[in-house]
Amino acid sequence: MDLQLYVTYGPLLLKGIGFTLYVCAGALLIGLLCGMALCVIGQSGNWLLRAFYQLYITLFRGTPLLVQIYLVFYGGPFIGLEFSALQVGIGGLGLYCAAYFAEIFRAGFQSLAPGQVEAATDLGFSRWQTFAHIRLPQMLAAVLPSVLNQTMLLIKESSILSVITVPEMTTSATKMSTETFSVVEPYLFLGLTYWLITFVLARGARRLESRLTAYVATR
Amino acid sequence: MFDISVVWEYRGALLNGLWMTCWISAVAIVCGFIIGALICVARQSGNPLVRGAARVYISALRGTPILIQLAIIFFFLPLAGINIPSILAAIIALALNSSAFQAEILRGGFQMLPRGQLEAAWDFGFSRWQSLLHVQLPQVVRATLPALINDAIDIIKNSSLISTIAVTELMRVAQQYSSTTYRPLEFFTAAGLLYLVLTLSVGSLGQYLERRLSYR
Repeated sequence: MDLQLYVTYGPLLLKGIGFTLYVCAGALLIGLLCGMALCVIGQSGNWLLRAFYQLYITLFRGTPLLVQIYLVFYGGPFIGLEFSALQVGIGGLGLYCAAYFAEIFRAGFQSLAPGQVEAATDLGFSRWQTFAHIRLPQMLAAVLPSVLNQTMLLIKESSILSVITVPEMTTSATKMSTETFSVVEPYLFLGLTYWLITFVLARGARRLESRLTAYVATR
Repeated sequence: MFDISVVWEYRGALLNGLWMTCWISAVAIVCGFIIGALICVARQSGNPLVRGAARVYISALRGTPILIQLAIIFFFLPLAGINIPSILAAIIALALNSSAFQAEILRGGFQMLPRGQLEAAWDFGFSRWQSLLHVQLPQVVRATLPALINDAIDIIKNSSLISTIAVTELMRVAQQYSSTTYRPLEFFTAAGLLYLVLTLSVGSLGQYLERRLSYR
């Protein structure tokens, strides 16, 4: 163990942590928005849209993220799709997680009692009002644990982006490892940092959950 | 532009890679289940030290990326004077990673069982071990089957990461031939489709087992 290494490579590692958080935040935003859009598409009356939903979910959840990223990053330029590593990283991770988020949202909508929608319609709520004021808030409260769990998976999956040289923290630590021929320091740093991030998130998630779902707990 | 015949030319190598992916995943799933079941028992142990150790084990393996776990096992074991082939390191990493997830799944299953059942089994003269094996475990496996199948699919997908330590499984083969033939689009599409076939098969096998094992 050479602790001096952490001082020398401190700035690089910190930059890596920053990039990991940045990439994850971007991917999370894309994942949640696209996941919600997909979920709405999947419940559409049009069979073509529903078929697209099924295809998307099957393709993105049935293949490894690594394959998807390699396909776009290395295969993309052959058909005129030139993206930077960062773009492929954030977009790829986001679209991959969108499939999982869409399924989480779908399960959340399904868990709501169907009588509620009928009651809302009887009370004169429009379709959109029923969605925005009745179904959506309850669905979000119901899926919160799954969404946070998936967010932790997203953070862990972001380490895969190091294979296409996105400058996040796994890439930083790998650079440290190859430049100094050290193994223990960089990988110990990675393991502990990811663990810390997911641990803090899990703790925060539990508190957020009990606060945000306080009104459904009594049901 | 998109010329799939190049892939067809190297179908033998790809199928070899697929086979490697299959058996490594299968071994990891089975070992992961056995270790996971033991960890699950340790997690509910009466000894607080054992319980704490199991908690840390589960938290650490679930809280860090498999890519890092793989690197740690692959690089750290030789430092401790243990030299193992990369295939073995890959299997160990996948099995340990999955054991933590399977332990938590199984724990959820055990918590669903009514407490009276175990007492009834003891009254019938079942030993602790017998009641675990004949009364609790079959019910737990049946109840947690969908989650266990999901985990198996995750392992198959995660196994693509062992290409980073030069195990010539499906992803590695696709990487090799895509760079020698300059056909990444075709080879990664082919690899993706083969993974898809694999995960869909495991998914439908799971659904079949669920139907077979359900009471109704």
